[in-house]
Amino acid sequence: MAHRYTSDLTWADVTPKALYLNRRQIIAGGGALVAGGLAGGGLRAQQEALEPNTWEEITSYNNYYEFGTGKSDPADHAHRLTTQPWSIQIDGLVDNPGTYTLEDILSEVEIEERIYRLRCVEAWSMVVPWNGFELADLLNRVGVQDGARYVAFETVMRPEEMPGLSVPVLDWPYREGLRLDEAMHPLTIMATGIYGEPIPNQNGAPIRLVVPWKYGFKSIKSIVRITLTADQPYASWNASQPGEYGFYSNVNPNVDHPRWSQATERRVGGGLFARRIPTLMFNGYADEVASLYEGMDLAEYF
Amino acid sequence: MSSLARTDLMQAVNAGLRRVPPALVYIVGLGWAGWLFFLAATGGLGVEPVEALEHRYGELALQLIVLGLAVTPLRRYLGVNLMPLRRAIGVVAFFFVLAHVLVWAVLDVQTLPAVWADILERPYVTIGMAGFLLLLPLAMTSNDWSVRKLGGAMWRKLHRLVYPAAFLGALHFVWLAKGFQIEPLVYLSAILGLLALRLRRRAHGHAKRAG
Repeated sequence: MAHRYTSDLTWADVTPKALYLNRRQIIAGGGALVAGGLAGGGLRAQQEALEPNTWEEITSYNNYYEFGTGKSDPADHAHRLTTQPWSIQIDGLVDNPGTYTLEDILSEVEIEERIYRLRCVEAWSMVVPWNGFELADLLNRVGVQDGARYVAFETVMRPEEMPGLSVPVLDWPYREGLRLDEAMHPLTIMATGIYGEPIPNQNGAPIRLVVPWKYGFKSIKSIVRITLTADQPYASWNASQPGEYGFYSNVNPNVDHPRWSQATERRVGGGLFARRIPTLMFNGYADEVASLYEGMDLAEYF
Repeated sequence: MSSLARTDLMQAVNAGLRRVPPALVYIVGLGWAGWLFFLAATGGLGVEPVEALEHRYGELALQLIVLGLAVTPLRRYLGVNLMPLRRAIGVVAFFFVLAHVLVWAVLDVQTLPAVWADILERPYVTIGMAGFLLLLPLAMTSNDWSVRKLGGAMWRKLHRLVYPAAFLGALHFVWLAKGFQIEPLVYLSAILGLLALRLRRRAHGHAKRAG
């Protein structure tokens, strides 16, 4: 765990800002600005296959049930969420519990770019250029105590700003959790931006978790509380339908969701006639994270 | 509203309805399906058009099935006569079910083995498909020749298959929704309510005969 993660995707793969706002203009604008032009060989082919989604795609197709269950509900309603001021309560088995303002947290970390695949449990996917910092940096700062084995997270719950909370889709507030080694893994980040811009509310402003080898719902949005615990914490979807959503929820093409296959996925933005693409084990991050689950039956601990 | 005024209103509504040719229902229904397909192909249904189109076709099918089931109660309890349009409503509903199934199989799941696997292994797909199969004989016999050939009584009996088909369609929607969602339950309640009105009527009829 000593190494820091280095993405095989770089900012060269990100569509330039002037263009991602409307990818159609790229087609009109010719090939000179096409991303990834400097990379070579097989790596280049891989990178081209992983062209990040456009700003429009990333911000208009979201699951954020606190704003409604439709995919466009978050983009329609999330502007009502107040994200300033913002603070996170950090408690449980830590040396320095307390309520940390977002400014305080950000003053101690270095924001990096991380271009990650995002695979939803519903079998659609995107590639998102996040800006954020490693969760481990924050956890090390607050001091994780010896007995801690899990990290619990909680999403903000404001019925007056979040119309979806009036429907009992889940037992609000939305909660998720990771094992401590997963939380400390260098791939696990707290994201505060996309494409170098502040993260939009529908994507989990002002600060959210991103765990790229797990199904999207593990990457909890708009975090207001982080608790270090000895026991496996409550996880909303897992608690609501344990037969369908496991606590681990690692992306795994070999373990189907009971109601659909997970072997393939649909890349958002491909249009009406796009072919499905094969889903990769651990969402393509097996080299980095497979060792975390050595000896575990991933069909049982799905 | 006095019962006299109500009768006048219903007569006006029915006079208006009589002027609607069934062909118009077919044209609007098929045109709407085509328009949705055009929107999906050109970005008008958002960035993930397959899912959007699949859901829109499925929802429209359910809405038309609810309307079709409401024709008899509307006439019986409110005096609104949609009967001349009932066949067109039913056939267009079937068309949207077919479009929903085709988008699912061809554009979404894409391969035949995966389609089979879904039908066999996933209960909400199995019951959706069962509902679709129940509607097939109804769609095929929705013509005057079939009514004559089968005879009115037999034809009416056959077309009661719409009751289980509608129920399976609503159940399919409830089952596929993630978590507790209101919309699928609204369709299920509407369909169960409309079916219950028929049961009540039958129970009534039997009671009268027995008395």
